[in-house]
This record gives sequence, C-alpha cells and structure tokens, in this order.
Amino acid sequence: MKVLLENLSKHFGSVVAVDGVTLDIRDSEFVAFLGPSGCGKTTTLLMVAGIYKPTTGIVKFDERVVNHLAPRDRKIGMVFQSYALYPHMTVYQNLTFPMRLSKVPKSEMEARAKEAADILGIGALMDRRPGQLSGGQQQRVALGRALAKQPDLLLFDEPLSNLDARLRLSMRGEIKRLQMELGITSIYVTHDQVEAMTMADRIAVIREGKLQAYATSDELYDQPRTLFIAGFVGNPPMNLIEVEVLQEGDSYRARRNGFDLQLSEARGHKAAGRGKVILGIRPEDVSIGDRGLRGEVYVVEPLGRDDLLDVHVGDASVHVLADPSLHLKIGDQVQLGLNVDKVQFFDPESEQSLLWA
Amino acid sequence: MTTTAVPAEPVPMRVSYRDRLRRLVSPMLFMTPAGVLTVAFFFLPVIILFGISLTNLSSSTGFKNYEWVGFENYVKIVQNPLTKLNLIATIKYVSLTLVFFNIGMALVVALLSTHISRRAGFVYRALWLLPRLTPSVVYIMMWKFIGADSPYGIMNQHVLEPLGLSTANWVAARPWLFVILTNGFIGASFGMIIFTSAIESIPRDYMIAAQVDGCNAWQRIRHVILPMMRWPLLFVVTYQTLSLLTSFEQIYLLTDGAGGTEVWALWAYHRALNNYWGNFQWGFGAALAMVLVAIGIVASVVYMRFFQFNALVQEPKIEAM
Ligand SMILES: Nc1ncnc2c1ncn2[C@@H]1O[C@H](COP(=O)(O)OP(=O)(O)OP(=O)(O)O)[C@@H](O)[C@H]1O
Ligand SMILES: [Mg+2]
Repeated sequence: MKVLLENLSKHFGSVVAVDGVTLDIRDSEFVAFLGPSGCGKTTTLLMVAGIYKPTTGIVKFDERVVNHLAPRDRKIGMVFQSYALYPHMTVYQNLTFPMRLSKVPKSEMEARAKEAADILGIGALMDRRPGQLSGGQQQRVALGRALAKQPDLLLFDEPLSNLDARLRLSMRGEIKRLQMELGITSIYVTHDQVEAMTMADRIAVIREGKLQAYATSDELYDQPRTLFIAGFVGNPPMNLIEVEVLQEGDSYRARRNGFDLQLSEARGHKAAGRGKVILGIRPEDVSIGDRGLRGEVYVVEPLGRDDLLDVHVGDASVHVLADPSLHLKIGDQVQLGLNVDKVQFFDPESEQSLLWA
Repeated sequence: MTTTAVPAEPVPMRVSYRDRLRRLVSPMLFMTPAGVLTVAFFFLPVIILFGISLTNLSSSTGFKNYEWVGFENYVKIVQNPLTKLNLIATIKYVSLTLVFFNIGMALVVALLSTHISRRAGFVYRALWLLPRLTPSVVYIMMWKFIGADSPYGIMNQHVLEPLGLSTANWVAARPWLFVILTNGFIGASFGMIIFTSAIESIPRDYMIAAQVDGCNAWQRIRHVILPMMRWPLLFVVTYQTLSLLTSFEQIYLLTDGAGGTEVWALWAYHRALNNYWGNFQWGFGAALAMVLVAIGIVASVVYMRFFQFNALVQEPKIEAM
C-alpha cells in the first residue's frame, strides 16, 4: 500500500509538534523517521495511525483520504517501544486479540497465530503471560501481534530502544528481513541514525516538526542538504569549520587562521566569494600523512578499530579517524590530508548546502 | 570492567551468637511502632468487643453487676425472628448500593469523565463529590424535602403536580429507593476517584494499541481498561462492602429503620445505644457487631478469591532468551 502525507501539521495548543510535512511512501517501502527527541516523529506516526486528527493536511492510503477513518479501520499494525502487550492475556491471546475483534474464523486465527509465532520463534511461549517473558521475547510477541493481523501498513515507534545492544543488532536484521519478505509498507520511528541508515530504504529527517530531508541513506550521507543533516547523520559526526573560500587564479583555497586548504574547482567555486562559509568534512575523509595541514594532537580516544583524534589546526578542532598502529599521543605534531572530493559547504545564515541546494 | 577476576574462595562465615541475636531482634524493633498501633487500634477493640459480647452488660446491670453469659447472646441472635429480616435488609442494602453506585456508578462516572476533555471531566467529578462534602444531616434533609408528602415536597410540587400525576409521601412509599439513592450518591465518589486515577495511570501505549488492534470504545473498556483495573476494583469492592456493612447514619436519619430498612448495624446501634425502652443492651449489641465483623472477614476472603489476589501479587518469572 502507498502512503501519502500532504502538508501534514499538528498543533497542541500553542505547541507546533508537526509543521507541514509532505512525503510519499511507495508500496512495500521501508521508511524511517529520524530526528532528535521531541521533533514530532511519534506525533506524525500517530496521525498516520489515526490516533491524532491532523490540524491541517491529509493522509492518503493508496488513492483514499483516510483523515476521518478510525484507527481500527485502517488495517495497520503497530509496535511500541514499551511493547504494550496486554498483561492479563497470554501470548496466544495477545497474538489473536486483533483477529478476535475482527471476527476472523477460529481455525484461520489459530493458523495465523501459529505462523507468526513460528516466524518469530515464540511458539513455545504461547501460554505465558507478558510478565513472564524477557524484554526481547516480549518485543517478538509484539511484532507477532502486529504481523498476525496481516496489516497493509506497519508502524514502529522506537521498537528496539529498550533492548540491550546485542539483541538490538539481531532484531534490527530480523525486522528488516521480515519486512522485505512480507513486503509490508513500513514506517519506522527512531532517533538512532544507525538503525535508520541500516534498515530504511528512505529516511525522513525531521527537526522541530519540519521535514529536513527525505532521501536514501547514501544520499543523506554524501550529499547533506542542510547543516543539521550534516551534523546529525554519521558517527562520529562531521567536522564543521568556519572558513573563507578564495579564488586565486584557477585555484580555490579555504582559509582561516592556521588553516589553508587547496580545493577542487567543482566544489570550490560554489563556495567562493561568499565571505564566511562552513566547511564540512567527515573524520574518515581526513588522513594522517606527511603533507597537508599542520596540527597538534589534542585528544586521543581509542575506539578499537580506529583511534578518534581531536587535532587542533590553528584554533580549529578537527576530528580524525586514524590507524591505531600509528601510536599517536597527545601533543604529537601531525599533518592532515583532507579528501577534497568529499568536502561540503554550507551557508552559515540559511544553513543550506552550497553544493546540493 | 574486570571480567577475568578469579572467583573468591568462599570464606567460612563465623557468625557469633550476639550477631545472630541482633539480626533477629533489630527487624522486630523496626516493626514495633507499626505493630503497637495495629494491635492497639485494630485487634484490641475486636477482642474487647468479643469480651463484651459474652456478657449481659446493659444499662440495667451497669458496669458492676453484669455477668458472663457465654454464648447466650449469640443464641439469642439465632433465635430472634428479626435476625432473618435484618440480615436480608443488610444484604439488600450493601449489594444494591455497591453494585449500582459504589462500583457501577463510580465506574461509569470515571470512564465518562476520562473520555471527555480534561477540564470538563474534572468539573463533572467535582460535582459528584458534593454529596460527600455536605454534612449528613443537611444532605438527608434535602432528600427529605425532595420526597416530602404532598402538598409539600419538591417531587410532588414541582414535578408531579404540574404534570398532573398522582403524588405520594415518597420516602415512606419507596423507603428502599431513597436509602439506596442517598447512600449511593455519597458512596460513588470514593470509587470514582480511585477508578479515575487507575484509568489515567494506564500507559498511553495500551490505549493506542487497543485502538490500532481494532477496539471500539466499549471493547477497549471491556478488554483492556477493566482487566487492568483488577487491583483498584478489588480494593474498592472490599473497602466499600466493609464500610456499607457498618454504616447506618443516612438510614438512621432518613427512615430510622422503618419500612424494612433496619440494617444490621442500625439494629446493633438501636439495641446497644439508642432504643425505645431505654435499656441499652451493650452485651447483645456487641454480639450483633461481632457478627458483622465475621461477615466482613468472610466477604473479604471471598473477594480475594474472586479477583485472584494471588495472581495479582505474583512474582514475574523472567527467563533469558
Ligand atoms: N499530547 C500532547 N500534548 C501536548 N504536546 C504534545 C503532545 N504530544 C506531543 N507533544 C509535543 O509535541 C512535540 C513532539 O512530540 P513527539 O512525541 O512527536 O516527539 P518525538 O519525536 O516522538 O520524540 P521522542 O524521540 O522523545 O519520542 C514535543 O514538543 C511534545 O512535547
Ligand atoms: Mg516518540
């Protein structure tokens, strides 16, 4: 099923929780809503579910406007961070509750519950109550409940946030695999960018109720359209340094106190002659070598596979992912090579990208 | 994190006699204040009451000349022709008030007021508190005005006569109706407050999940909200049964037991402290009160069974994936 949100807004009194969001979701697509806490992800999701009535705008399922459709008539399944399994029902009763309400014949109900339980490996738990299950088991049951009703649309609200890191990793893969096999259109709310990047076909980045970007994870990563996306997507985050880009003959240079970088023409000319701009470069696109910007190692954070260095170049601080075998220590003098094909430029006022606007 | 720590050799623990004594005594010390209060205010009165019920203490014997009579008072209760009538009146009073108001109306008001806007719900609930806040005498007087015999009475003068319907002395004509209504309108607010807070403390995700799963408003109440309210329901049913069993002031003020409304507690009060003959039968009254205590205990045990109290306090059995 396709989903279309058109100019969707939600106000709570004077609070604008969602502000004019427009986006389309293709059939069988897996879309993530990504943004910091309080940005309006859940509110948007609940408007899709029909729990909240939009203040303005419309929600369309396929060609049909569903604004006035009650949640129970929308054929959606939902999975919550809190699991929201009914504590007084057994696992089997939880799985079949939506089907009992819609009067699915008993034999079919049993078959569907069993199928969902088998897929999720909870067949042995059917007679338990949620209070007798671990968090991971509860989340499987919650997923099973959403799947067994055979929804047209699956809604996830941070479903993995209460699980420990390892379980989260395996559930992530499992949800993604299930979604692909079953082909159910899905919306997945998260504030964890790794979850969004690894699972979603497209990511809607939301900030203060507004849609900042709606793109694939590669595009968000390589072509951030705003300063916010550049800083929000990617871990460790992109270095953002205020510079001035000057054209000298055919060459373009980004300069600030103690910082002088030769740029490619393709990227340089879009940022030149604008006064102060913000240069962005990801830590993995900076290398330690024997040429380039001179700096001093200020902090070393071993991350296992890499060391994350904070190198001071003049009065700017640049984070770098370095090979631990270099054994760099605080106070070492180093030279940084920046991959000039990966630098980004942003307007400090409008915070828009100068490259991808 | 040190994950390779060698497991420590178990050190043999030598616990001295004094240590052991201290471990035994100190919890007791902490429990003493609460224990003393419980005994002084809960157990002692019942024991004293039971003691009195084994005597013929009354205003004619005074505190000097009474005698121990064993279970004679209880035998008298069994033989008394009023026993059956008053027991039936008590059951009728408690169950009807409980079902229709203290639980029924309380649930309805709590559910209604939590499904409308917050402010309207608050005002609506505040109205239901008024009967409880009004002094009993004033409150019952109002009801008496409502039901008073023609040509007086609000019902008669302002409702029935203008419509050309026949009038009556309503309290006398329908004593039970008035007993239940007067008590019910006071009693409902207790459950209402407890139920409202119980409903509001159900996590929002359950409410959303229920709607997404396909519940209409009634199904959500029936399958999700009510089952999650077993605790407060058990509490209110038990507590209100006990208070109704022992409460009689509204009936006393309204009918004083006329028209078959002499409930057990009122009977005990009449016999022990306020009767026509002027002989206050404290011993017999105490025996009547003891019967009430017994009924209350039995009712509480039955309720705990019915609401599966053990399941409510069950420890979760958590097991790793
Ligand atoms: N029922 C409500 N009444 C008033 N304000 C609300 C309500 N629900 C949400 N808000 C406000 O709307 C904004 C967006 O909330 P929302 O729950 O959608 O955020 P979120 O992106 O899901 O955040 P989180 O990651 O913390 O769950 C917040 O400022 C929140 O305080
Ligand atoms: Mg949220």
